[in-house]
Amino acid sequence: MRLTCPLCGPRDRREYYYYGSDDYLNRPAPDAGADAWEDHLHLRTNPAGVTRDLWYHEQGCAQWLLVTRNTITHEILSSQLVADRQGAKP
Amino acid sequence: MRIDGKGRVDRTRPLRFRFDGVDYAGYKGDTLASALMANDVKLLGRSFKYHRPRGVLTAGSEEPNALVEIIGASNQTPNVRATVQEVFEGLTAQSQNRWPSLKHDLMAVNDLASPFLSAGFYYKTFMWPRAFWERLYEPIIRRAAGLGALSGKHDEGVYEKAFAFCDLLVIGAGPAGLMAALTAARAGADVILADESHEMGGRLLSDTGLINDAPATDWVAGVLAELAALPNVRLMPRTSVTGAYDHGIYGALERVGLHKSARPNLPRECFWRITAGRAILCAGALERPIAFPMNDRPGILLASAVQTYLNRYGAVPGKRITLFANNDAARQTARDLMAAGVTVAAIIDSRPDASTVEDCPVHVGAEVVDTSGRHALTGITLRKGTAEFRIETDCLAMSGGWNPTLHLTCHMNGRPRWSDDLAAFVPSDGAIPGMIVAGAANGTFSTHGALAAGHQAAVEALKAFDKTAPDMAMPVAEDAPYRLAPLWAVQGKGRAWLDFGNDVTTKDVQLSAQENFRSVEHMKRYTTQGMAPDQGKNSNVNALAILADATGRAIPETGTTTFRPPYTPVSIAALGAGGRGMGFAPQRFLTSDQASRDRLAPMIEAGLWYRPSYFPKPGEATWREACDREVAIVRDSVGVADVSTLGKIDIQGRDAARFLDFVYTNTFSTLAVGRVRYGLMLREDGMVLDDGTTARLGENHYLMTTTTAAAGLVMRHLDFVHQAFCAEWDLRFISVTESWAQFAVAGPKARALLNSLLDAPIADFPFMSVGPVRIGGVDARLFRISFSGEEGYEIAVPTRYGEALFRDLLARAETMGGGPYGMEALNVLRIEKGFITHAEIHGRVTAFDIGMEKMVSPRKDCIGKTSAMRPGLVGPDREQLVGLRALTDTAIVSGAHLFTPGDVVDRDHSHGYVTSVCWSPTLSAWIGIGFLKDGRARHGQRVRLVDHLRGLDVLCEVCHPVFHDPEGEKLRA
Repeated sequence: MRLTCPLCGPRDRREYYYYGSDDYLNRPAPDAGADAWEDHLHLRTNPAGVTRDLWYHEQGCAQWLLVTRNTITHEILSSQLVADRQGAKP
Repeated sequence: MRIDGKGRVDRTRPLRFRFDGVDYAGYKGDTLASALMANDVKLLGRSFKYHRPRGVLTAGSEEPNALVEIIGASNQTPNVRATVQEVFEGLTAQSQNRWPSLKHDLMAVNDLASPFLSAGFYYKTFMWPRAFWERLYEPIIRRAAGLGALSGKHDEGVYEKAFAFCDLLVIGAGPAGLMAALTAARAGADVILADESHEMGGRLLSDTGLINDAPATDWVAGVLAELAALPNVRLMPRTSVTGAYDHGIYGALERVGLHKSARPNLPRECFWRITAGRAILCAGALERPIAFPMNDRPGILLASAVQTYLNRYGAVPGKRITLFANNDAARQTARDLMAAGVTVAAIIDSRPDASTVEDCPVHVGAEVVDTSGRHALTGITLRKGTAEFRIETDCLAMSGGWNPTLHLTCHMNGRPRWSDDLAAFVPSDGAIPGMIVAGAANGTFSTHGALAAGHQAAVEALKAFDKTAPDMAMPVAEDAPYRLAPLWAVQGKGRAWLDFGNDVTTKDVQLSAQENFRSVEHMKRYTTQGMAPDQGKNSNVNALAILADATGRAIPETGTTTFRPPYTPVSIAALGAGGRGMGFAPQRFLTSDQASRDRLAPMIEAGLWYRPSYFPKPGEATWREACDREVAIVRDSVGVADVSTLGKIDIQGRDAARFLDFVYTNTFSTLAVGRVRYGLMLREDGMVLDDGTTARLGENHYLMTTTTAAAGLVMRHLDFVHQAFCAEWDLRFISVTESWAQFAVAGPKARALLNSLLDAPIADFPFMSVGPVRIGGVDARLFRISFSGEEGYEIAVPTRYGEALFRDLLARAETMGGGPYGMEALNVLRIEKGFITHAEIHGRVTAFDIGMEKMVSPRKDCIGKTSAMRPGLVGPDREQLVGLRALTDTAIVSGAHLFTPGDVVDRDHSHGYVTSVCWSPTLSAWIGIGFLKDGRARHGQRVRLVDHLRGLDVLCEVCHPVFHDPEGEKLRA
């Protein structure tokens, strides 16, 4: 498996650390309530098809990547830096 | 028998080798199979189940019968295919799966019992009585099972793994592969051409066809010479591409040194991971046997194999050869044999309308219905219409047609499609993204067709690299149509083998269908058809045809089993190359490593680091004596320990303080420059992630310390929080763990020791402060922090000065009655002080559990804060950190569980567990820390500490986890 790092180019999967769903990027407000936090921490969809998840270029540039890929075909559709997206502020 | 003037072996280079204790002669270029054939050795092995005598069936890696053990100086490799193993001077091989000898194998009694050993025998027989399974059946089955034997010693051989990258990977160097590689290479693409044989050329080396009116081998030599001279081409012979994986990655096994005598540093094999922009699969095709009665005797080979042995190796497997085929192409083997002067006793063609042009007896519309010969074929029985007659023959070449070698196309779940024209499965288009299949692997069986398809595939693949193929003249070669009439099995009395490796016969498949294992996948598992050495290569399609017939379905409807990687066996040693022994993980060494080893300190692993366990002194018999002494010197004078393994993260920027407030539960923006604060870090789910001290070196400059265990984890966490939630902040951080060597100097005489070597002595340097100091002109950092509970400092110097400083510190400490202390003493010191490590913060505890809920600042948000307040994560039901003091002089252990005296001691009544224990020389008692339900309210009470595994049951007193100097007077001294 190969992933393209926007900074380093196409690299082997072994250089990356896999975290999980991009749900982790949507941190609820402290007062959002128990359901919102439970959702954020524990509830994941498991799509057969397009999914977005987070990868860390640990053996490379230490950037977190937001990767869009297809769980059926294993196609990598896009990858971008987490830092480059319009992020939620704490 | 060797045929003069035939073959590509080098007659000027004779070689000696040994098989089953007998010396033989061969030539450079021989395989073990061809060399034994030239020496008239026909019996090479015994079959798996019935121990039937077996000889060579094929001339390639698909060989199911001729599996041998190769004996090296330091290793013994079982199940090596004699058809692949090249002969070299001194090669030693032996047959396997026989006892006491290959000729007289006592287990051959299984063959007599074969009527009872049909498919499913084990499932039906070893069901009862139940108690017999473990004591009787399993040991017997285990003894009989398996092929070949290992030496039982470590494999000391050298293996390698390597990575390669190319535009185009061409798999197989037959006519299609050579043409594809040539086309792409001339267009300027980076090409890797991999072929599993030791010589490239594929079938062109085996047949006597012409290209451009000259022997095809001339064309092969010309193409290979051109490719070898091109800088953009890598030729990889002896390299079997074993798997196709996502995103253009292919696994390949290269036999680097298996064809030579062992030499130091010569790898035996290399496992390659090849990343290719495009790939062209030109793996050719495999000829299939015919399932006629008693078709497994030594001397019965595939027709194409006989042709290969004759034309490539100059060896023939008999003096009076017969051919049994259902297609035109196979008859070339008989013509080649006759041209070489070998007697062809008869050609038997199952097709009634087949031609009879050859100059030997040709029986059309005939079938072989029986064979004879115990250790080698002596004759066959023919049936033509209703008449049966016998032919004396010592070799029967058979051909049931060809199956495209499409295995790789199935590695990503591609399903092949049935072609009625070819009576074979062919690859589906696009089964592997970026891979094109060409030539015989795609069902194009003529040489001309393969050359044209190889060229066309390269033209197509080049588009991906914006390269165009140059104009090339297509070589002229035969273009005969592929004509065959399917013949899967011949009816007759005897057993007809499908899978030679596993002894699966047509009757087994029929029995499977009869017992309702009708799905192809069920049939495979019920009969073991296509498992183990065969992997469906020789037997699959024939077996499917029998199953289809038995279940009244067509072959496409019956389907095929799935081909998975690897295409040919890959040794674990090659996959794990470099990972044996100390190669298993990288090693990280402290700057003080040699100094510690000089003092005979046993080293202990801490993650990848090696740290000194203790520093033994003459007269100390056990580690405990050394540990107790080291604890005492820290408590009474001064100890020195290397603490460089702790993670150090340098954090800078105008928003550094704000960032620390967000990742730590407590506040760092209020920390004064020159001060240090203990910090607690949570995961977003509220559990404790890590702890450590962070120093403020400047207004916008912090230095964070993490635990050794979580250094990488914390760095990843900080990167995530930064990039995901506050990427726009003015903030940069980097790990400086390896930039600084840092030593703890602890004990009542710590300040005196430091002042003896600092350029300017320290006077007022309060607890939890940090500042720059100089040692011999070198800038250093001094921290007043303590993990021992004594007056403690940590001094950090650039790594290159680490060893010198450590040796200096030890020398000075020893003159003051102090010395070094290791991990054991460090652990005792921190348990006495109730300091936690990852034994306590193991991922399931909250700030509340460890008594630090007050460190979660109510005035700000932080990672994990909201979750930490969830119901169930606080309160008396939680297991809380406590100290434990054994009430008897009994060693206690971590991992033990805690029970209220009087309660039943079982899992339901466990009130907690022990995480760390030690003998405390300071308190003269066994103490520990652990987690106990509502533990903070139970100080002074008693608990039972029980460990069933180690037979331990000790009464303990629950206490505050800080045993030593609870007020911290010594710390602040």
